[in-house]
Amino acid sequence: MKKSIFDTKTIVAIGVGTALFFVLARFVIIPTGIPNTEIQTSYAFLALISAVFGPIAGFFVGFIGHALKDITAYGSAWWSWVIVSGIVGLGIGLFFNKFKVEAGEFTKKSIISFNIVQIVVQLVGWGLVAPVLDILIYSEPANKVFTQGLVAGLWNIVAVGVIGTLLLIAYAKTRTQKSSLSYEE
Amino acid sequence: MANEMLGYIELDSFIHRLTGATKLIVFILWSTATMLTYDTRLLVVLLVFSIILFSVSKIKLKEIIFILGFILFFLLLNNIAIFIFDPNQGAKIYGSKTMLTGTWWRYHVTAEQLFYQFNITLKYIAVIPPALLFLLTTQPSEFAASLNKIGVSYRLSYAVSIAFRYIPEVQRDFKTILQAQQARGVDISRNEKIVKRVKNVIAIIVPLIFSTLERIETISNVMDMRGFGQHKKRTWYVGRNFKVADIIAIVICGVLVGVTLWLFTVNDGRFYNPFQ
Repeated sequence: MKKSIFDTKTIVAIGVGTALFFVLARFVIIPTGIPNTEIQTSYAFLALISAVFGPIAGFFVGFIGHALKDITAYGSAWWSWVIVSGIVGLGIGLFFNKFKVEAGEFTKKSIISFNIVQIVVQLVGWGLVAPVLDILIYSEPANKVFTQGLVAGLWNIVAVGVIGTLLLIAYAKTRTQKSSLSYEE
Repeated sequence: MANEMLGYIELDSFIHRLTGATKLIVFILWSTATMLTYDTRLLVVLLVFSIILFSVSKIKLKEIIFILGFILFFLLLNNIAIFIFDPNQGAKIYGSKTMLTGTWWRYHVTAEQLFYQFNITLKYIAVIPPALLFLLTTQPSEFAASLNKIGVSYRLSYAVSIAFRYIPEVQRDFKTILQAQQARGVDISRNEKIVKRVKNVIAIIVPLIFSTLERIETISNVMDMRGFGQHKKRTWYVGRNFKVADIIAIVICGVLVGVTLWLFTVNDGRFYNPFQ
C-alpha cells in the first residue's frame, strides 16, 4: 500500500497535539514581570511534537492550535502570527531525523543541533516573517512590529531552549534505546 | 474555566443549518477581505453586515460579552502601542498632515493618525462576528465531515475532529494534575520567584505532556488495528451535503472579496484617502 504523508500516528499527533497546544497556550503561561512578554510553554511542547513526529505534525499543531487559541481568546485570528507558529513547527520538524529522540539517543550533540535549529527557525519566524506579514496585512508601524516580533521571539527561544530541551531529554529516556539489544554470538 | 471556552451552542437558525465547511470558507474569505482592504466604507459595510448575521444566528450577546470586553481592552492596548511607536504612521500613509494639537517631543495628534487607527480598529472588529459565529454554530464532527467534502484529505479532517474531541479531555487532565501538584505544595502563582515558578510549571506540564504522548500511542494503535486509512475514502456519520443556502453564502463572500479587489483600482491602492 502506498504510504500517505499522513500516517495514522501523524494524524493522531496532530489531533491530540493541537488539543494540548491549545490548553497550554490558554492556561499555562508564565508572565516574566515585563508587560506583554511571557514564557509560553506551548512552544516548548510544539518543539517536542516537531522533534518527535516530524514537520507535518509540527506545522499543523502550530497552525491549527494557534488559530484556535486566537479565535477563542481574541475573537479573531491574528493570521500573521498564526502562520509563523506553523512555520516554527515545520522548521524544527524538518530536522527531526537528526535529533534521534525516538531512538532514545538525545545526546549532547543532538541537544546542540536541536537548539541551533530552534534558534534559527524562531529568529527568522518571529523576527522577520511575522513583522513583515504584520506590515503587509495590517500596515502597522515597522518599528513597533519588529520590536514586538523580536521580544516575543526571544522569549519563545528561551522557552524552547530551556523547557523544550528538558522535555526532549525526559522523552528520550522513556524510549527504548536502539542499542539496548545486541545479537548473541 | 469551562464557561470561558467558546464552544458549539446548539440552536436552530439559518446560520446553524449551513454546513461547517461553508462557515469556514465564509470566515476565510471574510478575513481575507478585511485583511486586504483599508477602505473605511467597505469596512463599515462589512461590520454592519456581520452584526446582522450575528443577530440572525440567535446567539445571545451575554454569551460572548466577556470575550468582547477582553477584545476591546486588547485593541485599546494595541492602539496605544501603535501611537507610542509611530505617531506619524497615518501621515506617512495618507501623505498629508493635519495637526490637531501642538507637538510635544515627537508626539502630536494628527487627523490622519486618528483616521488610520480608526481603520485599523475597524479591521480587527469586522472579523470578530464571523469568527465567533464560526466557533459557536459549528458542530465539531459535522465540521470534520464537511472539511472532507470540500477536498481536504479525510486523514487531516479526522485530525481536526480529534483535536476538538480531545480539548475538553486534555483540559480535564490539566485540572487534575494542577490540583494534585498544588495539594503537594507546588505553587505556580506570582508568589513564587520566576525561576522557582518555571520549575513548578514544569512539574505540572511534564506529567500532562507525557500522558498525552502515551495517549497518542494508544489511539493510533487502536485506529491502525481497526484499519483506519486502508481505503481512499471514508464515510461520515454526521456528514451533510451542500444546499442552495451554502452556495449563496459562499458566492456572496466571493463577491465581497471581488469588491475589495475592485476598490483597489478605485482608490489607487489599499487605502481610502479622504484627505486629498
